[in-house]
Amino acid sequence: MPTFVYMTSCDGCGHCVDICPSDIMHIDPTYRRAYNIEPDMCWECYSCVKACPQNAIDARGYADFAPLGHSVRVRRDEEKGTISWRVKFRNGTEKNFLSPITTKPWGTGYPELKDEPAPSNEMRDSQHLYSEPKYIRMDDGDVHTLESNKLKMKLGVYY
Amino acid sequence: MFTTNHFAELSATISPSVMQAYVILMVLLVAGGTLFDVIHKQSAKYFFRKGKKSEQNAVRNVSGGEKVSLAVKTTVSDVLTSSEFCNPKRRVAHLLGMYGFVIYLIATIVMVFADPASADSPGIWPFLWAVGALMVCVGGYWFWFFIRVDVSSEGQSPFRVIRADLFILSLLASVTFGLIWAFTQSSGGGVWSMIFLGLYLIATTVLFAGVPWSKFSHMFFKPAAAYQKKVAVANGALDNLPRVADRTDPEDRDRHSMELLKDAPLNMGLGIKREQPRHY
Ligand code: SF4
Ligand code: SF4
Repeated sequence: MPTFVYMTSCDGCGHCVDICPSDIMHIDPTYRRAYNIEPDMCWECYSCVKACPQNAIDARGYADFAPLGHSVRVRRDEEKGTISWRVKFRNGTEKNFLSPITTKPWGTGYPELKDEPAPSNEMRDSQHLYSEPKYIRMDDGDVHTLESNKLKMKLGVYY
Repeated sequence: MFTTNHFAELSATISPSVMQAYVILMVLLVAGGTLFDVIHKQSAKYFFRKGKKSEQNAVRNVSGGEKVSLAVKTTVSDVLTSSEFCNPKRRVAHLLGMYGFVIYLIATIVMVFADPASADSPGIWPFLWAVGALMVCVGGYWFWFFIRVDVSSEGQSPFRVIRADLFILSLLASVTFGLIWAFTQSSGGGVWSMIFLGLYLIATTVLFAGVPWSKFSHMFFKPAAAYQKKVAVANGALDNLPRVADRTDPEDRDRHSMELLKDAPLNMGLGIKREQPRHY
C-alpha cells in the first residue's frame, strides 16, 4: 500500500522527505508540497505517514482488501506514544486500530541492557546508533575493514 | 527617514489625489483578484462541499455558541499567532512578515490620506512604516534564503524562482524598494530617489494586481479552512481521521495492543520533532 499526500493539508515541513528510507518523498518543485515521486518503489514502511505532523499522508489500499473508494487514515501522538488507524471501506464499514509507538524505558525491551548505563541525552540526539562509535572504532581514526584488521569472514549467515 | 512623511514630501511632484486614487485602485484590485481566484479555482465550491461532508459525518451537533468560541479560537491561535506552523522558525518568520505587512500597510494608508498640514502629522506613522517594512524584510529574507522547504529539505538553490514565488518576491521587493526610496529621499533625493520610487511602485502594483496568480489570497481562505478544521474536530467528523487515543482513558489503555505500552511513560518526548528536517 504505497502512500500519497493530500497536497492541501501538507504544509511543506519536509519531515517526510527527511525520514523516507527509500528517498522517494520529495517536495514538488512547483507547489512546495510533498509528494511520493515513485509509489512503485515505496517500501510501505509508513514512516512518512507516521511522521507527518499535518496528517497529510494517506496509504493507498490494495484493491483486494479495499476496493476503490476506501480510505486509510492515521494519526500519531508522539508524546503519548500512540498511533491510531482508521480504515473506511466504500460500503461504510469502519475498522479502527490502535497501536503503540514501542519506545520503552531503558532495559525493558532488551533485559540484557539493564545493567548498561542508559544513553545520555547527548547520545540520544546524536546521529549515531547506540554502540556505533565504539564498534566501528571511530575514535581510532581510519576506516576499519576486515582486511586492515587481518580478520576473515567465516562461512555462514551473519546478521 | 523615521520621522518624515515621504508621501507628503512626494506631493510636491505627484498630487495627493493621484496617490490616494492609486491606493484605492490597489484595494479594488485585491478585492477583484480574490473574487476571480475564488470563482476560477472553484475553491469556494469545494470549501462548502467539504463543510457539508463534515456535517454529514458529524457524531454530535456543534451549537451556535460553540461555533463562536471556535471562531475566536481560530482567530487567536491560527490567525494571530500562526499556530499552523510546526516548525518554530517558520512560525517566527511568518509572524514577522505578517505583522510587519499589516503595520506597513496601515501606515502607508494613513500617510497617504493624512493631511500633511494638520498639527499631529506625521506623528508616529513614518516610524511604524519603516519598522513594518523592516520586519517584513527580516522575516521574508530569512524565509527566502534559509527556511523555504525546497531550499532546506531538497537542497535547491535559493535563487531558483517559480510562479508560486510571485507573492513573497513582490512583497519583499515592495518593502525593500520602499525603504531605499525613503532613504534616498531623506538624504537629498535626486535621480536615485526617483528611480527607487519607480521600482517601489512597480513592485507594489505587481503585489496587489498579481492576486489571481499569486498566493496573496491565502490571507483570506486560510483562516476559513482553519475554522472548518476546528469544527470537524468539534463535531467528531475529524475529516476521516481516527480519534487520538487517550492512554489515561481505561477503554483505550486496556485495548489489546496497548499491552506493550503498559509501563511506558505517558509523555514519550518530542521524537522526530526534536530536530529540523534537513538531512537530504
Ligand atoms: S511509506 Fe516509507 S518508503 Fe514509502 S514513501 Fe513513506 S517513508 Fe518512503
Ligand atoms: S511531513 Fe506532511 S506536512 Fe510535512 S512535507 Fe511531508 S506531507 Fe507535508
